[in-house]
Amino acid sequence: MKKILLATFAAFASLAAFAQTGAPWIHDPSTIMECDGKYYTFGTGGGGLISEDGWVWNGGGVRPGGGAAPDAVKIGDRYLIAYSATGGGLGGGHAGRILTMWNKTLDPNSPDFAYTEAVEVAHSEFDEDCDAIDAGLLLDPTTGRLWCTYGTYFGFIRMVELDPKTGFRVEGNVEKNVAIDCEATTLIYHDGWYYLLGTHGTCCDGTNSTYNIVAGRSRNVTGPFLDNMGRDMLLGGGKMVKAAEERGMGAGHFGLIDQEEGIQKMSFHWEANMDMSGRSTLAIRPLIWRNGWPEGGELLEDGVYEIISERRGYALELAVDFQRMAGGMRFFRRDPNTPEPPITPVANQKLEDVIGTWPSGNIDVRICDYMARPNQKWRIEAVPEAGGYLGGPYVKIVIDGTNRALTAVEGAEVVTEPEFTGADNQLWRIEQCIDGTYRIMPKAIPGCTEPYCLVSIADSTPTLAKFNFKDDNCKWQLKAR
Amino acid sequence: MTKKIILLAALCCLVFSPADAAKKKAGVVESHPALAPYFSDPAPGPVAPRSDGFIQRWTLLEPILKPNRSNTVFVDSYVRENFYTEMFPNQFTCLPKEGDKVKVDGNTLYWHALDSKLANVKLYRYATGLEKERYGLIFWAVTEIDCPEDLNNVRLFAGSNSASIWWVDGKEVLLFSNDRRMVADDGASARLNLAKGKHTIRVAVINGPGMSDFCVRFKDEAGKPVTNFTILNR
Repeated sequence: MKKILLATFAAFASLAAFAQTGAPWIHDPSTIMECDGKYYTFGTGGGGLISEDGWVWNGGGVRPGGGAAPDAVKIGDRYLIAYSATGGGLGGGHAGRILTMWNKTLDPNSPDFAYTEAVEVAHSEFDEDCDAIDAGLLLDPTTGRLWCTYGTYFGFIRMVELDPKTGFRVEGNVEKNVAIDCEATTLIYHDGWYYLLGTHGTCCDGTNSTYNIVAGRSRNVTGPFLDNMGRDMLLGGGKMVKAAEERGMGAGHFGLIDQEEGIQKMSFHWEANMDMSGRSTLAIRPLIWRNGWPEGGELLEDGVYEIISERRGYALELAVDFQRMAGGMRFFRRDPNTPEPPITPVANQKLEDVIGTWPSGNIDVRICDYMARPNQKWRIEAVPEAGGYLGGPYVKIVIDGTNRALTAVEGAEVVTEPEFTGADNQLWRIEQCIDGTYRIMPKAIPGCTEPYCLVSIADSTPTLAKFNFKDDNCKWQLKAR
Repeated sequence: MTKKIILLAALCCLVFSPADAAKKKAGVVESHPALAPYFSDPAPGPVAPRSDGFIQRWTLLEPILKPNRSNTVFVDSYVRENFYTEMFPNQFTCLPKEGDKVKVDGNTLYWHALDSKLANVKLYRYATGLEKERYGLIFWAVTEIDCPEDLNNVRLFAGSNSASIWWVDGKEVLLFSNDRRMVADDGASARLNLAKGKHTIRVAVINGPGMSDFCVRFKDEAGKPVTNFTILNR
């Protein structure tokens, strides 16, 4: 029985590390919006998900109109929702309508919750080379203009301009073809480029869905959008942003979460979440930029890591005596007549070789050159019962083989305590930055309300301080060991 | 002299009925204007490929019915098994002209010579323009190119929606399987040596529901589109 409980817990732990928890059932999730401290996303067919922390999601969102694949954008103090009514999909007719509507709040319990009447901003006829569904919205941060892309595999992806004050189509605006052979498109802006993201592959086939998210880019908001091979998305071009993972099949319907400078995330759905009966679920992953192209990252897996400061490349370690290892130096004045001993591997230093020399109470941490020693190996593990944040679960960080836990303490400093208790100052939020490095933040710091993170204040000295993405002191690499 | 002219005229009448003559003159686009946004009737004489190398001139067989409610069945073995089954005589060797016909499952299907106005040859629009079934089809297309000099170490680059097999001079050079979207340069053949002279390119495409199309070009070792050949009008 104990074994069963243990196995159940282990399964839950791995499940929690892979997916949003709660009941995150959704297909074609709209870009995640924050409203009065909660997160919202809407899906195909109406309704949507709500989360208080960004990790545990449940139903309860309200979006009238039914239809397919909505999107959302906040403009001023209102939310504009776009969605579509369709005629039939791949084998059916292709008459579709894109509609927009406003709401002052996304909280269905708020007295201000009321959608405006939906208005049509684009449509396609029965046999046109376009299927007017799957709207995506971009409020251009450089111009304040509002753009809407739409379409599916059937014919062209098109874009139109909307009036950001009314949500109506700009008068006289003519739709423009920007891509083929994808769907669930959306535009994003990054570092002087406009990126058109679309979903390629096969939808709606459970664990066999080959859905994947690709992108092309342009200096102009209206394209042409070319991939890294210079191939126009009008000829099917697109560079991979997010493909399947080991337990998630069919990544589709990209939404950008521009959390803060240096931290971006992407929302999408798995066509089949293998840990949740193969059902379609919400997923959130870090968004990383490499050579000017977006890439969907993965959740950090439970495991043993070297935690490397981006400042100098030193590794976080327990501040304990350096324990020498045997073996090595042969020196040069060796008797040439003595036969060479056989070549044998030298074992790594083990925890049991050194743990007896460590103090039993709190031990400070410092940063030092990595020597593969037990005081430098950290086990990072999700703590399912601790909840999470937007896109990830809280984790504990302990010296591998022990319960000695990295802990935020009074004065915004960091030590290790001999036991992990599950207290908030022992829970950590590890988020991948857009450059692939990590930000490591405690859930709470005693006596401090600032959202500080782990920082190298000097080459050898860690502390907790304000995050600055442009500062290497604030960033870390994690290398599996 | 007059006798000779009369004889020639009489012979022509024996070979071409007035209706056939009208059909030939009209061209399939002229007689099916719904094709016009995507295709034109080929002008006389050979034509160069597009500047981006895509081959726009094809003789296309009217679509063969092959109902499939989903494209997920198009695994490699399915594609091979279906395309290598004889559907009509000489399907791997024929060089059809506009108006040629074959019998498939007892139905008469015509070949139509067309120039695509787009880099991608929109098979779906070919079917709808001819007022045929639009989903669950197999398309065959053939074209003949003329190389003014040897083209060594070139590759055929293609993409298709959905699965397809490509042959150059009767030899299979490329296969696309599964529920495939048309992407330019999605796949490439091994290196090919096209000797000076004529060469045949043949493709079969199968699709269930959704848009059907293909695009193809040759590229050289440096990855540049090959354009120094002509596409014949047969």
